[in-house]
Amino acid sequence: MNIYSQISANKTKTWLIIFLFILFVTTVIFVYGKASGYGLSYVGIGLIISGLITFASYYYSDKMILGMSGAKQIVKKDNPQLFRIVENLCIGAGIPIPKIYIINDSATNAFATGRDPKHSIVCVTTGTLQKLNKVELEGVIAHELSHVQNYDIRLMSIVVILVGLVALLADFFMRSLWYGGGGRDRNERNNAQGIFLFIGIILAVLSPLIATLIQLAVSRKREFLADASGALLTRYPEGLASALEKIAKDKEPLEAANNATAHLYISNPFKSKMSGHWFTNLFNTHPPIEERIRILRSM
Amino acid sequence: MDINLILIIAVVFIVLFVWFTYNSLATGKVRIKEAFSGIDVQLKRRVDLVPNLIETVKGYAKHEKELLENVTKARTSLMHANSTHEKAVSDNMLSSALKSLFAVSESYPDLKASKNFLQLQEELSDIEAKIAYARQFFNSNVSSYNSTLVNFPGSVVGGIFGFKQEEFFEATDEEKKNVKVKF
Repeated sequence: MNIYSQISANKTKTWLIIFLFILFVTTVIFVYGKASGYGLSYVGIGLIISGLITFASYYYSDKMILGMSGAKQIVKKDNPQLFRIVENLCIGAGIPIPKIYIINDSATNAFATGRDPKHSIVCVTTGTLQKLNKVELEGVIAHELSHVQNYDIRLMSIVVILVGLVALLADFFMRSLWYGGGGRDRNERNNAQGIFLFIGIILAVLSPLIATLIQLAVSRKREFLADASGALLTRYPEGLASALEKIAKDKEPLEAANNATAHLYISNPFKSKMSGHWFTNLFNTHPPIEERIRILRSM
Repeated sequence: MDINLILIIAVVFIVLFVWFTYNSLATGKVRIKEAFSGIDVQLKRRVDLVPNLIETVKGYAKHEKELLENVTKARTSLMHANSTHEKAVSDNMLSSALKSLFAVSESYPDLKASKNFLQLQEELSDIEAKIAYARQFFNSNVSSYNSTLVNFPGSVVGGIFGFKQEEFFEATDEEKKNVKVKF
């Protein structure tokens, strides 16, 4: 399977995920509407508001992320070596050169974000630049550029936003129950609404969790693909493998990262030691680093 | 079922099939062309920088006439190369000529200390790395196009519409040996 068919598969998957998510959201809205007794119009307004927020966050997500992580854009003369690595790998991958940002933090980590290859950003910490040698840095940058090339950055922005939308709607529903208390005469409530109320509450509790699990599963799958296509780009899997080894050994957490941005980084920025068990693995943004190194070494 | 209906469905299927295969081959060709212009940009940058390098080296190392001539010759042949293969061969020539020039420059301390020379050397080695990556991208495009063309259904559709295999950007081992490195 060459890289182009992987990219088009990823684009198709993006649409499929969006479709399923919209289906999921519509079902949730339907249930909420029936359950709250306000009917669909009320929840419809909720959907329009959250839709607008979603749309805005799609276009401004990169700026928000950069703002949250305190990253600064650099120009070529600030770090010519880093610029050359990015330029060269972009030529190899056949994508435009992204904007380059640096986070002033001694932890070793990096991420890519944006909407598509034309609006993309690659960001590394100063710790990464200090601790990794040129070959390792190339491996890391190639991994990040693969996220750009494979349209993972778009897929992940959309998934994250949809997860936020589900959480927003659940919150909306719970509040309407709290303050509205049904809003109509008790006699009008029939059995059907009672059932919807029951399902609605369960959904409100579970749906953000389910949505997050979907997000994490997608995120983990994309990491493996980015490792593979990054290795294809540098033709030297050992570079990324040894960089990951160094990152795994480095126990320093990245202060600029939080739950909203954790999935973006090349490895889990919190350095949690809980991995290996299938249940904890469900909640990880990244596959275990040892497994990634093992796969890279076997290439 | 009506026999005509089956026939119509079959024809529609075949037309769609041919259409998609033709499109993927045509897209492949466009990508190869784009990728080649990526190489060409870097080759041109290199060709433009070489005269500066020669001027700089001449000032310090007048005796390396033959080496300088080799570089000039390789540069000229690269400028006049037309086909992918010709360009690959003369680019390879220029690379080795430059390599031996830089090797010899080690024995001229004044030249090595020249800021101008160091800057040119750095820039030329960066261009060489960029050419390597551009070539990698070009060759991976060629290989995916060629494999579509070799396998069914590309082989049939390609045959009908006259698609041909594309050349890789590379010099053969024999041609690499012909480039003499003299000290």
